[in-house]
Amino acid sequence: MKAVCWQSANEVRVETVPDPKILNPRDAIIKITSTAICGSDLHIYGGYIPTVQQGDIIGHEFMGEVVEVGRGLDNLKVGDRVVVPSTIGCGRCNYCQSDMWSLCDNSNPKGWMQEKLYGNITSAIYGYSHLLGGYAGAQAEYIRVPFADVGVVKVPSEIPDDKLLFISDAIPTGYMGAELCDIQPGDTVAVWGCGAVGQFAMISAYMMGAEKVIAIDRFPERLAMAKKYAKAEVINYEEVNTGEALKEMTGGRGPDACIDAVGLEAHGVGLEDFYDQTKQKLRLETDRPHVLREMMVACRKGGTLSIMGVYGGFVDKIPLGAAFNKGLTFRMGQMHGQKYMHLLLQLILEDKLDPSFVVTHELPLEEAPHGYHIFQQKKDNCVKVVLKP
Amino acid sequence: MTSTSENKANSSQGEAGEVERWASLIGGGALVLMGLRQGSLRGVLTALAGGGLLYQGATKQSTIQQAQEAMGINKPIKVEKTVTINKPADELYRFWHNFENLPTFMKHLKFVKVYNEKRSHWIANAPLGNNVEWDADILEDRENEFISWASVEGADVDNSGFVRFQKAPGDRGTEVKVVLEYNLPGGALAAAVAKIFGEEPEQQIGDDLRRFKMLMEAGEIATTEGQPTGRR
Ligand SMILES: [Zn+2]
Ligand SMILES: [Zn+2]
Repeated sequence: MKAVCWQSANEVRVETVPDPKILNPRDAIIKITSTAICGSDLHIYGGYIPTVQQGDIIGHEFMGEVVEVGRGLDNLKVGDRVVVPSTIGCGRCNYCQSDMWSLCDNSNPKGWMQEKLYGNITSAIYGYSHLLGGYAGAQAEYIRVPFADVGVVKVPSEIPDDKLLFISDAIPTGYMGAELCDIQPGDTVAVWGCGAVGQFAMISAYMMGAEKVIAIDRFPERLAMAKKYAKAEVINYEEVNTGEALKEMTGGRGPDACIDAVGLEAHGVGLEDFYDQTKQKLRLETDRPHVLREMMVACRKGGTLSIMGVYGGFVDKIPLGAAFNKGLTFRMGQMHGQKYMHLLLQLILEDKLDPSFVVTHELPLEEAPHGYHIFQQKKDNCVKVVLKP
Repeated sequence: MTSTSENKANSSQGEAGEVERWASLIGGGALVLMGLRQGSLRGVLTALAGGGLLYQGATKQSTIQQAQEAMGINKPIKVEKTVTINKPADELYRFWHNFENLPTFMKHLKFVKVYNEKRSHWIANAPLGNNVEWDADILEDRENEFISWASVEGADVDNSGFVRFQKAPGDRGTEVKVVLEYNLPGGALAAAVAKIFGEEPEQQIGDDLRRFKMLMEAGEIATTEGQPTGRR
């Protein structure tokens, strides 16, 4: 089959590799009909995620059709159309059974690496480094899905892929980002980053009772999307000072909750950004925590920070004094896809949510290298690339 | 708790009564852990099984170890690891108790044959397609709680171990603790055997226990071996 294989920083290639096989009883093989490039794939593309190896098949946002099932599966059959959450959960450990699927004890076969780095083992994610399990990713014609009995949601055939695909990753990530804010009626929520996750976080925040949502980014086309589809007020941080603007827009209080939908490759302005970029390049710091710092200072006293952008390792110069003295709450984590997928499907079926507006580019799988390039460089107004194997 | 008991055990033989009290309070597993800081695991397990004077058992060194020390050969490798498994103790105990199941999650083990209630035969993979073999006896067996075993005289690799199953607080399942000890033979074989048990034996027993957990909870062991890659 054809698959997108990571080569080195800023280089992916479409290669011919063997087809996946059933390896365990609860496995299924899915023929992929749509797969997206996620913003967090850019961290891999850019070479910022440790333990990605040359030749690894990447990608974790996908849907398709079941073509083979393992002998341990009785609720799936060949021909079923399914969306698959990006995090892999066994469904049987304490964490999965508590709906904390991204903290699954049993899905990561290379857990010892994580145990050393993080002190515990978290769930695996498709195509997201060996630290996170080393599973072959979804930017391919076929994929092996472990624990498929609990790891997929069946979807009806009459709804187009574009409306369903993002149940896999971007919508539950945005939705969980808003849920972690514990939004009270009348709250103002600020969202850093207007990619797909940011857009869905804003929409979700309104669904949960926010009165005002403020979007922060530097690309006019993304801010326009946030204004049009997510009904957000916008801040272009290259034109105005984010902290001052947020104060002005919230009567001097600061937002009640702040969502980071950017992660470890955040861009800032000025000296501090130069500091992070330099330290990251010299490998003295793995992640650039610009958004984190800004959120800690901008948030109102007693407010909540919800971190959905991916961080991998270590960050520097965190204004903990601000967070401590203002009594902030930090909540974060990889999203628990299996917890949200049924609810999100229902919202889409009831026409309460149509996520297809984020798709700006649809390309054949062969053009994945081009897709990565324009997404990373934000060329051609690119917000979301969907690959069609 | 363990270190406190250990200090008491160290202070004088007159304190053995105290040790025995601990033993009856918290079970043989704890006593073994305490004993581990002092002598060989085998000595402790044997004393425990024999039900003799526990303190003496805990400090008595095995003859093999004494011989090794006299010859200046390596110290034994001792590893311990605990994992919490979301299953009741009896289920885990039953699976483990049939030693023939161990190779399904213990990677270095190739094959275990159970002869009878007490004795079993073990074969482990060695580098270059070689095997190391030994017979082992169960030393102590407390249903749903504790199993200890040790290789018998003449083993390729003298070894011993125990597993303890203890209810976790709340609904968290069972805490499974494993302690293993290997007395490596000298010479070329020592290097070979060291490789079997991994560069980092702690990591190996950790991986083994994690596979045990996967098998018991998820019904299968997560793997990526055999999946496609574009690696050259
Ligand atoms: Zn993602
Ligand atoms: Zn799990």
